[in-house]
Amino acid sequence: MTHVLAAGTNTDVVARETLFWILAILAVSAALAMILVRRAVHCAMMLAVVMLCLATMYAMQGAPFLAFVQIIVYTGAVLMLFLFVLMLIGISSSDSVVETIKGQRLAAGVAAIGFFVILILGIGHAAIGPAARPTAEFGPTNLTGLSTLIFTTYVFPFEVTGALLITAALGAMVLAHRERTAPKPTQRELAARRLSSGQLAPDPSPGVYALHDAADRPALLPDGSTSDASVSPTLSQREVGEELQFVRPEETVAISAESGERVPAPAVPAPPSEGADS
Amino acid sequence: MSPVHYVALSVILFVIGAVGVLVRRNAIVIFMCIELMLNACNLAFVAFASMHGNLDGQVIAFFVMVVAAAEVVVGLAILMAIFRARRSASVDDANLLKY
Repeated sequence: MTHVLAAGTNTDVVARETLFWILAILAVSAALAMILVRRAVHCAMMLAVVMLCLATMYAMQGAPFLAFVQIIVYTGAVLMLFLFVLMLIGISSSDSVVETIKGQRLAAGVAAIGFFVILILGIGHAAIGPAARPTAEFGPTNLTGLSTLIFTTYVFPFEVTGALLITAALGAMVLAHRERTAPKPTQRELAARRLSSGQLAPDPSPGVYALHDAADRPALLPDGSTSDASVSPTLSQREVGEELQFVRPEETVAISAESGERVPAPAVPAPPSEGADS
Repeated sequence: MSPVHYVALSVILFVIGAVGVLVRRNAIVIFMCIELMLNACNLAFVAFASMHGNLDGQVIAFFVMVVAAAEVVVGLAILMAIFRARRSASVDDANLLKY
């Protein structure tokens, strides 16, 4: 394994240049797509592409440990945390395109160009020399070299990092904890609430009487129309096609025969929910 | 490739991340753009490490990763708390402190 990674320091120059340009174009276009796509999930996917490109670049520059940490910690843990919170908040949450502050995008673009020019000028003035001749520290002994540095020169920052991680874990627990403000409702109160709500039975489960019983297929009512209450609101926000596709074939015939007027199906098979209830 | 190419790429990624922070409204997307900026900094650190021929830059990049992980954990927890209170992840809706 170390041999493969260390090969990054002595492979052909042309191959490395080609790889660099491919990865650079991929990373920049993915980063641009990140700020252009509207859905937060697509944004996360683009961020994953950027992170994987950067991980490959770390391996090319003689940092195999960082390349693996990038993939395992960043793409694996941090991005999964993002996706986890996205699922909690609502997968369909997309950005509004309304500009709340007038001319904000234009101002942001101008500021970005100015910032970019300043940084590029700074790089141009700085004396960034060619890469130093790669030693064994950038290949097989990268891990031992890093650990030596961390536990000698940087031992105090390392300890502080441990304190930071513990504090962050505690902070996350405190912030994510919900304090119960009202007392927990008893079973009697729950029953009274249900009686006063007007709907005694639970919501119909998705897919009842419909052609498929997937979670996003609404249940069919006796007149052939679909029931909105049977599907999660998050799923029902998505595009659904022709309504009739959820109907059984024989019902489709019955409905279309009545010129669009919906009639109860002639022979309804035994409801699938009966067996599930008992 | 010489380190200046990597540093230039890291500048481009950093600026793109900064634009994302300025322009986007969804708080989670803003967090992702901040992560992009941190990653760009890491790329510059690794490039400087290979330029100087010692591992200090890589150690700093490692610490940046750890701090970024801690920041993400706390930030997302704050986001969850805000979402629970306001039912929205948009930064425009968190305006209770406005005069």
